[in-house]
Amino acid sequence: MSIVDAKANAPHYLKETPSQTAGPYVHIGLAPGAAGFQIFDKELGWDIAGPNAKGERIRVEGVVIDGTGSPVKDVLIEIWQANSDGIHAHPESAGEVEDGFRGWGRVITDFESGEWGFDTVKPGPVKARRKLQSGVADQVRDTHPDWQGRADESHAPMAPHLNLWIVARGINIGLNTRMYFDDEAEANAADPVLNLIEWENRRATLIARRGERDGKPVYRFDIRLQGENETVFFDV
Amino acid sequence: MTPAEYYQRDRRIHPPALTPDYKTSVARSPRFSLISLQGSVSETTGPVFGHGDISPIDNDLIKNYAKDGDPVGERIIVHGRVLDENARPVPNTLVEAWQANAGGRYRHKKDSYLAPIDPNFGGCGRTLTDENGYYFFRTVKPGAYPWRNWVNNWRPAHIHLSVFGNAFCQRLITQLYFEGDPLIPLCPIVQTIPDAEAIERLVAKLDMNAGVPLDCLAYRFDIVLRGRRSTLFENRLEGN
Repeated sequence: MSIVDAKANAPHYLKETPSQTAGPYVHIGLAPGAAGFQIFDKELGWDIAGPNAKGERIRVEGVVIDGTGSPVKDVLIEIWQANSDGIHAHPESAGEVEDGFRGWGRVITDFESGEWGFDTVKPGPVKARRKLQSGVADQVRDTHPDWQGRADESHAPMAPHLNLWIVARGINIGLNTRMYFDDEAEANAADPVLNLIEWENRRATLIARRGERDGKPVYRFDIRLQGENETVFFDV
Repeated sequence: MTPAEYYQRDRRIHPPALTPDYKTSVARSPRFSLISLQGSVSETTGPVFGHGDISPIDNDLIKNYAKDGDPVGERIIVHGRVLDENARPVPNTLVEAWQANAGGRYRHKKDSYLAPIDPNFGGCGRTLTDENGYYFFRTVKPGAYPWRNWVNNWRPAHIHLSVFGNAFCQRLITQLYFEGDPLIPLCPIVQTIPDAEAIERLVAKLDMNAGVPLDCLAYRFDIVLRGRRSTLFENRLEGN
């Protein structure tokens, strides 16, 4: 009889709760005003940057398009971003943010047109604190000395970007993507995440186009769930 | 400090994007593979909420929209803990809930089901977990309702839940079902999940000890978010 109980050494982890679609009535829970009634003193997520944020005030607009080419009219998008110094409002971030800057928001579409939009500040470049990798091949090639984040200070910063999370009826598990800025071509070319995308022609699906309305910068970012120019989505 | 990575999401226990029996997924599912990305600081951080963001009554769906009395329906408490895959509690995290009323009707301008709106029921709530990851809501048990998929599909009674965790990569929306509901195995949305054991974890269990005698029943529902690697090698990171 063995002295070692092999079973006792087996690592025990809980399993993540499985995802289910947010469904057609996601607005009741997350944006009740849009569902047609007022219930909470304060709806969360409508003010991403707050009044004191430094940096350039911008607007971001777009539609989410399904595989038939139609706008998705019941989608909800959450935004997570750094401030103009590249700092996230989180205890693990490498600095402080302006008072009132949360860097998180949520937006829903117009029920008729499918158009969505939000106001925020343009984020700064974010320091990549470890070498970003994707597949097994990368990991083998880079096993030494960078694995587990060593020597990470030497890596290129991430170009300014917004993290987006998309949920809706018919989307079984939230879709993660990123929005980059077309006036940051140099930073985008060196961005470690864009460069993970093997198909260079697909990188353009993550880059918003800068325009102007009433003297204010407006970025256009259409998200294609399926079909021609399908947006790149990430398993983060 | 170098933030530790989160364990990769086990996609085999989640529904895939394309699930043809749930028809709406067909045109809304990406066809290309997801690009795997070792989480950067943009994914290992996420929004922080506090008690200033919500009101104490927000987790009481029996009272938070009551106009001239309590809503109609079976009074229940839904309670449990938010844990991570390491079985550690996730404290101070925002949990949001929304649901139909006892007749299966949502208070939503896009819902036209013939069951009536309840004037005393809004159908949404939110709360922050305590220091032990514990949360609870008081509400009425939602009704089943028909939906357009096949000609005669009915959703089992369910409550939608949204959970944040500490990182944007932990963000999760799911649905809670009720023990013993015969509609669960018939529902194409439930059945998007390919793993029977994973489905079972979405079924809240009757908890007689947590109910209030002569007032309400209780159901227990624990939520598990992704865990993260422990920093076993942190000393070496500091140059030892």
